[in-house]
Amino acid sequence: MFNRDLWKEIFDTILKNKLRTFLSGFTVALGILIFVVLFGFGNGLKNTFNEFFNDDATNTFFLFPGRTSKPYKGYKSERRIEFDNSDLADIQKNFDPFLLYVTPRISRGAVVKYNNESNNYSIRGVAPAHQFAEQTIIMFGRYINQEDIRSRSKNAVIGRMVEKDLFKGASALGAYIDVGGLAYKVVGVFQDEGGDNEERLIYTPYTTTQLIEKNTDKVDQIIVGFKPEIGYAGAMAFEKSLGTFIREKKYISPSDPNGIFIRNVADQLKQNQQFATVLQIIVSFFSIGTLIAGIIGISNIMVFVVKERTKELGIRKALGATPRQVINTILFESIFITTLSGFIGMVVGISILTALGETLEDYFIKNPYVDTGVAIGATIVLIIFGGIAGYIPAKKAADIKPIIALRDE
Amino acid sequence: MIEIKDLHKSYQMGSNTLHVLKGINFNVEAGELVAIMGSSGSGKSTLLNILGMLDVADTGSYVLDGVPIENMNETKAAQYRNKFLGFVFQSFNLINYKTAQENVALPLYYQRVSRKVRNEKALEYLDQVGLKPWATHLPSELSGGQKQRVAIARAMAAEPKVLLADEPTGALDSKTSYEVMDLIQQINDKGNTILVVTHEPDIAEMCKRVVILKDGVIVEDKKVNQKRASAYVQ
Repeated sequence: MFNRDLWKEIFDTILKNKLRTFLSGFTVALGILIFVVLFGFGNGLKNTFNEFFNDDATNTFFLFPGRTSKPYKGYKSERRIEFDNSDLADIQKNFDPFLLYVTPRISRGAVVKYNNESNNYSIRGVAPAHQFAEQTIIMFGRYINQEDIRSRSKNAVIGRMVEKDLFKGASALGAYIDVGGLAYKVVGVFQDEGGDNEERLIYTPYTTTQLIEKNTDKVDQIIVGFKPEIGYAGAMAFEKSLGTFIREKKYISPSDPNGIFIRNVADQLKQNQQFATVLQIIVSFFSIGTLIAGIIGISNIMVFVVKERTKELGIRKALGATPRQVINTILFESIFITTLSGFIGMVVGISILTALGETLEDYFIKNPYVDTGVAIGATIVLIIFGGIAGYIPAKKAADIKPIIALRDE
Repeated sequence: MIEIKDLHKSYQMGSNTLHVLKGINFNVEAGELVAIMGSSGSGKSTLLNILGMLDVADTGSYVLDGVPIENMNETKAAQYRNKFLGFVFQSFNLINYKTAQENVALPLYYQRVSRKVRNEKALEYLDQVGLKPWATHLPSELSGGQKQRVAIARAMAAEPKVLLADEPTGALDSKTSYEVMDLIQQINDKGNTILVVTHEPDIAEMCKRVVILKDGVIVEDKKVNQKRASAYVQ
């Protein structure tokens, strides 16, 4: 059926019925174009939303030590709980299947000096994985690495604002700064989407902090990153067993609300995800609506086209066209037009999105784009429905006895 | 060439049944030129449509060139029509967006004749009906007589066993009618079997045999002395 003659016949028909071809092609192209642009705008909205709310990683728990409020196993209440390095190792050991990373955080304030400039900053003793927890973006140099932890080096990664304050625009990389009386080498400069305050931090290896503080093994907080695949329910279950584990280890009553605290960002993650999902649903609703409108449009036109051609099809049948040939004539024509114009609509839509780029950022549409897969999928859906829309009336027309099709009005 | 025995056909018109053909027995030999006459409603067009496999009889047998025409599905009917039959209609039924040549070539397309050959053949048949210079014209650019001649060329292009003409002159003035009949006679002279449905006696007289239908039965079947249409055409 895919012979050259058939296609020649179809092209002839297409070229000699320009208005009809244009109308059906235009409907499809417009449908896909609007679909692509809407979908892109939807993605742009989502991008803006993600930028607003998802500055920190959401797959994390923050563990804070507290003071017990109940006596338990021979320990009196009002006991201060402290975390130490062995807790990090135990969490790592016991919860490995869920874990992405574990990092401590030791927060201290210190006066930091460079040349004649000085200021008060928060110093955080951290492990390398802390970078993921805060989603710290390295601008120059590097983050704290495992070698820093092992050798307890006096290396520091400073925020963009720290560099701006102390170095007045010069590069801080490689310079030595005075942190509370000790010289630290700046090995990296970072930025953080959380804003200026997040960029007035200084990260150092937590082992160095412990060494300075009389070689202690205490840590302030523990940040646990879990695998996002475990989902919301998994995160809640993980939080619970993590709490139980720590309480048991630290001899805290299971019913004591104050011994330790776990801040679970998964809750927040869920809300964010729900919001994003609603946004996605709204966008999908509009996009699918457009697509359906396109499908209805092409169906209407195909019904009209077949109606208009009923007599011609009757003539063709009288001259020896089989029902199959009649259907193919219409079907291939319809598929050809929808494929070509669908492709054109898709390309134009993507071009519009690309051209718009960042110009709509003021309207909360950032970096609008559409997956090529989605665009092609939508085009294929329209082609399939265009085919069905052509097939049903074509089948009907092919089944009409030529005598009825030829009957003069 | 055509053998028909006890053909019946009725149409359902709402709650009424309209019995159009009430037992037709009818044979046509090769090379005949038969006029089928009758007032409107006599069943002549229905008979022609059944002969042309455009419609199906309720009961009775129909043998065309030794092939029994029965249990036809649309696909088979289409192939038989393509192989055995050529049609000429009162309203010409040319495809309006195709040129004269393309219209004539269309049955050959459905016979899967190669493009080059069918275009040559189409031109040849257009030449036979005297319309070679109009080959590239659309039907809208042709007069009624010219359109009918294109339609005849198209019917002949497939080299059918039988040519069926349903009121071929019905939409034409008498001068043009005679020109068309002259063409039909010339085709018949070459040995082609032709059936013409008409209600005009002068057209019937130009055939070799006249069959008159009334109320679904054949009331008269006679050989006539053929009048040559060329006598009326300058």
